[in-house]
Amino acid sequence: MSIKLTLRTRTNVPLEAQCINPDTVKHLSQSGVEHLEVIHGNETARLGDFFTVKGKGHDTIHVEGDTSNVKYLGAGMTQGEVIIDGDVSMHLGCAMTGGKITVKGNAGDWVGPEMSGGQIVVKGNAGHMVGSAYRGQPTGILGGEIFVHGNVKNEAGNSMRRGLIAVGGNAGDFTGVNLLAGSVIVCGEMGARAGAGMKRGTIVSFSDAEMLPTFEYACTYHPVFLRFYLKHLRDQGFDIDDRYINGRYDRWSGDSIELNRGEVLLFNR
Amino acid sequence: MKIKKTEIVDTFAEAFEMWGSRVIITADTLGWARAAAQSMTGFATSVIRCKCEAAVECEIAREDTPDGRPGISVLLFTMAKDNMSARLVDRIGQCVMTCPTTACYNGIPSEDTVPVGGRLRYFGDGYQISKKVGDRKLWRIPVMEGEFVVDDSFGVQPAVGGGNLLIYGPNRSTTLRASLAAADAMKEISGVFLPFPQGVVRSGSKVGSKYKGLIASTNDEYCPTLRGFAPKTQIPDGIEAVYEIVVDGLDEESVAEAMKRGMHTAAEKGATLISAGNYGGDLGKYHFHLNKILEG
Repeated sequence: MSIKLTLRTRTNVPLEAQCINPDTVKHLSQSGVEHLEVIHGNETARLGDFFTVKGKGHDTIHVEGDTSNVKYLGAGMTQGEVIIDGDVSMHLGCAMTGGKITVKGNAGDWVGPEMSGGQIVVKGNAGHMVGSAYRGQPTGILGGEIFVHGNVKNEAGNSMRRGLIAVGGNAGDFTGVNLLAGSVIVCGEMGARAGAGMKRGTIVSFSDAEMLPTFEYACTYHPVFLRFYLKHLRDQGFDIDDRYINGRYDRWSGDSIELNRGEVLLFNR
Repeated sequence: MKIKKTEIVDTFAEAFEMWGSRVIITADTLGWARAAAQSMTGFATSVIRCKCEAAVECEIAREDTPDGRPGISVLLFTMAKDNMSARLVDRIGQCVMTCPTTACYNGIPSEDTVPVGGRLRYFGDGYQISKKVGDRKLWRIPVMEGEFVVDDSFGVQPAVGGGNLLIYGPNRSTTLRASLAAADAMKEISGVFLPFPQGVVRSGSKVGSKYKGLIASTNDEYCPTLRGFAPKTQIPDGIEAVYEIVVDGLDEESVAEAMKRGMHTAAEKGATLISAGNYGGDLGKYHFHLNKILEG
């Protein structure tokens, strides 16, 4: 038994539904859930104006319908689970500290900003700034895991401090830009300027990448610790071939314009 | 009680509360993992002088190890929980970290933990890196072939140390054969280990000594050469050798099961009599009554 929210019609202007998280709806009646506040464009509205609500008192929420223009789903959640059947818009899981969000379709920009715990799984693609710091903020995610099985656009992991971001497909430019710590693993190709400005942390790619001149090649070796991450990703449903687990990686150190303690590991074919 | 022709003395083995840890050593090959494990468990026969007791528990298939490489499980026990961290840091640092291609992981999922990688990391001289994968925190310490990976902390749990059997026989070769077979059978039990060489002890000890400062000395009651004049000899006629098998375990049940298996095997292989060592029952928490174990 879970709470099922079904969007009746697609909204033309964005709908901000921060209230759709298990902490908020868990203790409410069906009517109470329907009366939760949402922002529709620049107006305040009720969740029941857009969603049909079924069920009550549960910490698992199923969201159905075309939610590709719904923002802030699962924002601030601390526990429980949100399962979204289709696509979602920006700020998914913003500032979440626990629980799990699964998106069966695609996600927009700013997946998991200011996240510090929990897990976000996007089965499709995600937009720019996955797990990144908001503009003007010094740090991105402080913990938790973001798994995108498809592609992501630019600046994944911008200024992240802890946690794991894994991308099953390709990543755009500036992957791991200004990384403070934590790990970004890209199973496909990375765009330009990966790791620019990184202080510490790890960026991994199964493909070759053109490194910035402020990175220095260190060695080609078997990183034992990476086996844990790749086995973990395999457990999460990523298709990780044994050759990546057992293989050798080129280690690049950087960024020397910063602390120079970061590493970019590129699979050595 | 008898097992076929072997007499089982109506007595008990007196064992003690210890603290146990399990160390999983992996490497590119089983040979390197075994080399590290053998080195780590060297000079760890008795807490009397070695500060800990340790031995290889079993081999682990690559699909069952944390990093998917061939592995060896090592059990290491100390008398006090407070000593565990130092023992693990010393032995992992000197014997595992030094061994090519190895990594070292905690094998007991317990909330009760002691720091290991968190102390070894200082060998990295500031170049060490921590990584957290799920609930697991690892340290990567740079070494001359790449990196040594070790868990931040290791789980510990209350354990049982000093379960034992005394195997009597008509001569040294028969008694040793029976003891060795018994030891091999006992090692098959998961969660136990036999800390002495091949699992067999010839120099059983008693508490104290006539010499000041010695906390243990030869157990004269069981030395056949002293039968003529030792005040309380335990060597009956027809016995020319006694070997002790000491067994430590993560819990009481596994120690008892190992002792049961050991008694049956020793009897099959020609032991004349099987007994056990105790100190009157006042020192150790665990009393393993041989007859009760066989009946159970």
